[in-house]
Amino acid sequence: MITELGHFCLILAFMVAIVQMVVPLVGAHKRWTGWMAVAEPAATVQFLLTAFAFGALTWAFVTSDFSLQLVVLNSHSAKPMIYKISGTWGNHEGSMLLWVLIVTLFGAMAAWFGGGLPPSLKARVLAVQSAIAVAFFAFILFTSNPFIRLAVPPFDGQDLNPLLQDPGLAFHPPFLYLGYVGLSMAFSFAVAALIEGRVDAAWGRWVRPWTLAAWVFLTIGIALGSWWAYYELGWGGFWFWDPVENASFMPWLLAAALLHSAIVVEKREALKSWTILLAILAFGFSLIGTFIVRSGLLTSVHAFANDPERGVFILIILAVFTGGALTLYAMRAGAMEAKGVFGVVSRESALLTNNIILAVSCFVVFVGTMWPVIAEMFFDRKLSVGPPFFNMAFTPFMVLLGIILPVGAMLPWKRGKLGRAMWPLRYAFMLAVALGLLAWAMQTGRSALGPVGLFLGSWVVFGALVDLWSRTGRGSNRLARLTRLPRADWGKATAHAGLGITMFAIAGLTAWEQEDIRVAQLGEPFEVGAFTLTLDDVIDLEGPNYLSTTGLVTLAKDGRTLAQLRPEKRQYPVARMPTTEAAIDYRFLRDVYVVIGDQQTNGGWTVRTYIKPLTNWIWAGCILMSLGGALSLSDRRFRVAAGARRRAGTQGLPAE
Amino acid sequence: MKRTLLNLALVCALGIAYLATPAQAVLPDEVLDDPVLEERARELSRELRCLVCRNESIDESNADLARDLRLLVRERLVEGDSNEQALEFIVDRYGEYVLLRPTTGGSNWILWAAGPLMLLLAGGVGYGYLRGREAAPKTQEAALSEAEQERLRQILED
Repeated sequence: MITELGHFCLILAFMVAIVQMVVPLVGAHKRWTGWMAVAEPAATVQFLLTAFAFGALTWAFVTSDFSLQLVVLNSHSAKPMIYKISGTWGNHEGSMLLWVLIVTLFGAMAAWFGGGLPPSLKARVLAVQSAIAVAFFAFILFTSNPFIRLAVPPFDGQDLNPLLQDPGLAFHPPFLYLGYVGLSMAFSFAVAALIEGRVDAAWGRWVRPWTLAAWVFLTIGIALGSWWAYYELGWGGFWFWDPVENASFMPWLLAAALLHSAIVVEKREALKSWTILLAILAFGFSLIGTFIVRSGLLTSVHAFANDPERGVFILIILAVFTGGALTLYAMRAGAMEAKGVFGVVSRESALLTNNIILAVSCFVVFVGTMWPVIAEMFFDRKLSVGPPFFNMAFTPFMVLLGIILPVGAMLPWKRGKLGRAMWPLRYAFMLAVALGLLAWAMQTGRSALGPVGLFLGSWVVFGALVDLWSRTGRGSNRLARLTRLPRADWGKATAHAGLGITMFAIAGLTAWEQEDIRVAQLGEPFEVGAFTLTLDDVIDLEGPNYLSTTGLVTLAKDGRTLAQLRPEKRQYPVARMPTTEAAIDYRFLRDVYVVIGDQQTNGGWTVRTYIKPLTNWIWAGCILMSLGGALSLSDRRFRVAAGARRRAGTQGLPAE
Repeated sequence: MKRTLLNLALVCALGIAYLATPAQAVLPDEVLDDPVLEERARELSRELRCLVCRNESIDESNADLARDLRLLVRERLVEGDSNEQALEFIVDRYGEYVLLRPTTGGSNWILWAAGPLMLLLAGGVGYGYLRGREAAPKTQEAALSEAEQERLRQILED
């Protein structure tokens, strides 16, 4: 019964979305206040209906209702509760329902907290947002309905892909979707502004929190996915340049560009049409990402949940929205002339450089991801584009970005002098060079990657600190002023420092990793780097829905035991899939990563040991980046704008 | 060509079995005694795609075919091939598809040049824009009407 109600609510939400797409748009055009006002309650109702539908599906998973086809295919009664819940979105239909739920959530939030928006702009934003929802409601209802019943329900389900039964991956898709779909808000604002025919500083300020929020969520989502790959896939890689990863990385790069260019719109009323274009492209890339994941167009390790036929539907959605928005852009962009006047050396130009680097690096990832398809279609060549290409073609842009960032962040608005911006950074630069040289001296005969990465990372981190310090002005009492700086300044410094740390960690891990592969006999210690490992025993265990072969490994250094590690090989009998559970000793400066393989004929076991320096720093940097974004989001100027709205008599707390 | 077709058929047949299986990668018995040769073999195997997997290099994959390729690479190196010769040997047998780093030959120059060319283009356009902004008349700053200025001030007021 609940299932049918959920299905019914989904159809109702579809209807409401159609109304919300049409009525406010007509109202805004004709200046009919009543018609424009439809958007707000409609957005709320749409969200509540979709939330109920999603809740109904979750309920079916929680209670293991095997009369539902989706539950049979993706769940099992013996599965732990958390994975029953996360199983709701661990499949195609459910994940699309989650996607549309978040679209309606963002629409509703714009309705609740958008009190300060001019009524016509608000009506148009909500209408465009609803148009996106309509497309995805149609997609779900016509091609991937999660509420299909089975005439003869089986006794038990076929279980979720065991790789997905993991806490890291349980929360990876929701964050990623919050990011993807958050960009739909920037898209809606861009299209509404194009229809409206004007973009001003206030527009820049409205669109920025949404972009910032989307970027923060994307950062967390990507970091979670990367962390999951690190501990789950069994060889400790954290990034594979897989099409599906690229699909989430491209919107991230563009969102990063967008949130920087929106600052220029807000503060200086320049780069307007470029910002609009970026907003359209960023969401366009989110749709491309969805298309890549859902269509199986490109072979990828993310082989779960895709279907070529549904890809066509998403391709149509992609074509209509991106194509339509770009056409509108071509018609209207000319009307948006820049107002601010500034020199070639200025904060504006630094932010423009940031945008160029980020957008071009996104373009490189895009070309690399799509090239196998293009080459096969137009040149009849069947080829692969893998990590070696991306590492070579993409890394230079990040190095360039890292070199320029601290200087650009110090430049003043309007007109600046390079020498003057660089002077306060001299100690940061010297310290970074010294650290790089130190690393160079301490390692012998290895690649330059580590020292260069250390230089670049510390240059960005120290640069961010100098930038923050320089904001406190001159004279005494600078420490006290530091605490009173706007949160946006703290956010900027934190996020930039986070980027620096991630850069350094990636370079350090790649350069200084150690690996050992061997057949280990029970009880015989072996050395890897500075560590001594002993495989004490191998035992068979039984989990809730899997069988496990667990190795008991003692990790010691200088005769002192550091940890007992338990690497596992698991077999999930229902899904008939093996997985590897690496055992990791997490430490501040390095991880020791142990994987157990098969038993050999001589009685020993294959054991792989990796010493991975700085891995935690990669994700620490990501956490800092998203924390910086969140700090910036909580800045006074966004909250004050919301306060003004409250005084004007509308309800609610700021969305930010 | 016939070989390639056979391999493709193999890909289709086995592809499903290897979906996202956890990696066991290089096994101890494959490792060469000469550490320099072994290092080169690892380098090469990171550049070669496992044909039956979903976007994994043979260095990461635990598929039998990946193991065969790893052994083949080592065999070639032991016989005194240079890295390029060993890659060539494998490309001749398995096609361009095995290379994770595409060659620069033929139409592939587009792939390799896309980034740098785009950077030049974007840099040029960006520089032109900046010059335009520098030369723009100051009067544009006040292009808003009185009422618009007032509204803007209200909105932006901290």
